[in-house]
Amino acid sequence: MSYQVNEKGYYGDFGGAFIPEMLYPNVEELRSRYLDIMKEDSFQKEFRQLLKDYVGRPTPLYYAERFSKKYGAKIYLKREDLCHTGAHKVNNTVGQILMAKRLGKNRIIAETGAGQHGVATATVCALMGLECIVYMGEIDIERQAPNVARMKMLGATVIPAKSGSRTLKDATNEAIRDWINNPEDTHYIIGSVVGPHPYPDMVARFQSVISEEVKLQLKEKEGRENPDYVVACVGGGSNAAGIYYHYLDHEEVGIIAVEAAGEGIATGKSAATSALGKEGIIHGSKTLLMQTDDGQITEPYSISAGLDYPGVGPMHANLFKTGRGEFISITDKEAMAAGLLLSQLEGIIPAIETAHALAIFENRKFKEEDVVVINLSGRGDKDLNTYIDYFNL
Amino acid sequence: MNRIKQKLQESTQKGQKLLSIYFTAGYPEPQDTATILTELEKSGVDMIEIGLPFSDPLADGPTIQRSSEIALKNGMTTLRLFEQLKNVRDSISIPLLIMGYFNPILQFGVESFCQKCKEAGVDGLIVPDLPVDEYNTHYRSIFQKYDLLPVFLITPQTSEERIRAIDDASEGFIYMVSSASVTGATSGFGQAQKKYFERVSKMALKAPLIVGFGINNSETFAQATESTAGAIIGSAFIKHLTENKTAKIADFVNSIR
Repeated sequence: MSYQVNEKGYYGDFGGAFIPEMLYPNVEELRSRYLDIMKEDSFQKEFRQLLKDYVGRPTPLYYAERFSKKYGAKIYLKREDLCHTGAHKVNNTVGQILMAKRLGKNRIIAETGAGQHGVATATVCALMGLECIVYMGEIDIERQAPNVARMKMLGATVIPAKSGSRTLKDATNEAIRDWINNPEDTHYIIGSVVGPHPYPDMVARFQSVISEEVKLQLKEKEGRENPDYVVACVGGGSNAAGIYYHYLDHEEVGIIAVEAAGEGIATGKSAATSALGKEGIIHGSKTLLMQTDDGQITEPYSISAGLDYPGVGPMHANLFKTGRGEFISITDKEAMAAGLLLSQLEGIIPAIETAHALAIFENRKFKEEDVVVINLSGRGDKDLNTYIDYFNL
Repeated sequence: MNRIKQKLQESTQKGQKLLSIYFTAGYPEPQDTATILTELEKSGVDMIEIGLPFSDPLADGPTIQRSSEIALKNGMTTLRLFEQLKNVRDSISIPLLIMGYFNPILQFGVESFCQKCKEAGVDGLIVPDLPVDEYNTHYRSIFQKYDLLPVFLITPQTSEERIRAIDDASEGFIYMVSSASVTGATSGFGQAQKKYFERVSKMALKAPLIVGFGINNSETFAQATESTAGAIIGSAFIKHLTENKTAKIADFVNSIR
């Protein structure tokens, strides 16, 4: 059994392309060409070169000695926080901007929640000299002012999404509407492993450089390519897809997905999709999503803006349903404590999203000899205000 | 015989252009459904599309988004719509379609939804995010069991090959989206649209073409129906409801045709 996407665009029961006909030509063009383009030598050469010289890859695989000692396991951190722009998001935007150029598109649109993907998109558009329009929920624009300023400084136009709940899911709706209105010249750079096929697979492939590097790095450090566990936080799930990718079909490697419980799963203020979601369709993909009994999509909550998406990517929905992945949810409180702990034990201030993955060790016990690799997906600079308010720093 | 099929036949025989009107169920008020349906029929409209409100209507512009949002805030639900339709069905004979996104239908259960449609006298379904290939593989037999005609969309970017495949799957009409846009975005048709209407008309498809998106007055209605079987008005009617509530519906319809 494979946990990769099949030729029809499904991960088990999940995935597909449930899109209005207006999007069909664009999505179909991408679907029919993405694999061939990614295989081209010239594409690979340019992609690899940019990842190395521009993004700063490979990122280190760091053995967190003091953190390991505290929790009694061999814990490694994959330092995606050291990527240019401060998170793993840029791996995907570099890949997709090269894809857009080969498809002959000269106008780029993107959605963003916390602003990390928006910044990563604005960055590569500046690099390539392409027009960049980023949709961002009106409420998120207020919450994430520094990232809005960064996008503007990079030359992007930030358009507030004023519909619905005015957050990430609505920004995504607005980006999709823009794509419907501009079917000829525009490429939509989705920021996570969500959306209609082939997006979840394409984004996962661009992010798969993370586990590709872990294999080589772990071989060097531990004498084996496979850890016992790979751990990542999951909102839509792109950093998770990246660190799971080359281990998906190696069942001896445990997969742990960490979702945001917000104030607690039962409180009504949560983003733990595996616990609270049901099968349905969001943004063109059949997956697990949080919704009412009547099929209206509900607004999730988490202290971290990068995890408050009401769905998960179809790859993760399948990992959950098949039991291949172990899903853990972590509250705001637990995540904030873990963020502070890592800062003080290792001198690394993580993004609050990432802090959720670090928090599992309080309750999830591992064996002393277990090798656990955590995707340290982003740095905490963007979250300083939240940390300041929370801890009265 | 299915009421949509019958209506399409009649209007072809008479050489008359069909006028179809869309409104969002539960807007402006949850109990307005029956009044709006009755008034539209009295005013001589040929078909009605009832929008099932959804939290995330991807293919819709601000007018229909807003009406859906308000309808949901008003407490509109799928079950409530079926109740309303059942109560009014005996007093109206006009063909009815439900236009709704796929997620609420999936949550209801596709088969139960179709069964309820049949019981409530619904004649067809437009599900913009259910692509024709998914429909053919998984849902065709269910739709047919309950005599619901599936209606698919085509756009100026849809390839000829795909238009043929959509025509094959269609049992009523084809919903021809006038231009690359969400609902309510354009006004007035140019040469490009005229050519597109003519190009597809000349394909001699088995399903009649009914144009939607961008029709908001008698002029655009006439342009849209020059080489097609009819046209659908949505956002413009929602705006009328916003301004007039359920009053003057006949005036609106008479201003179109």
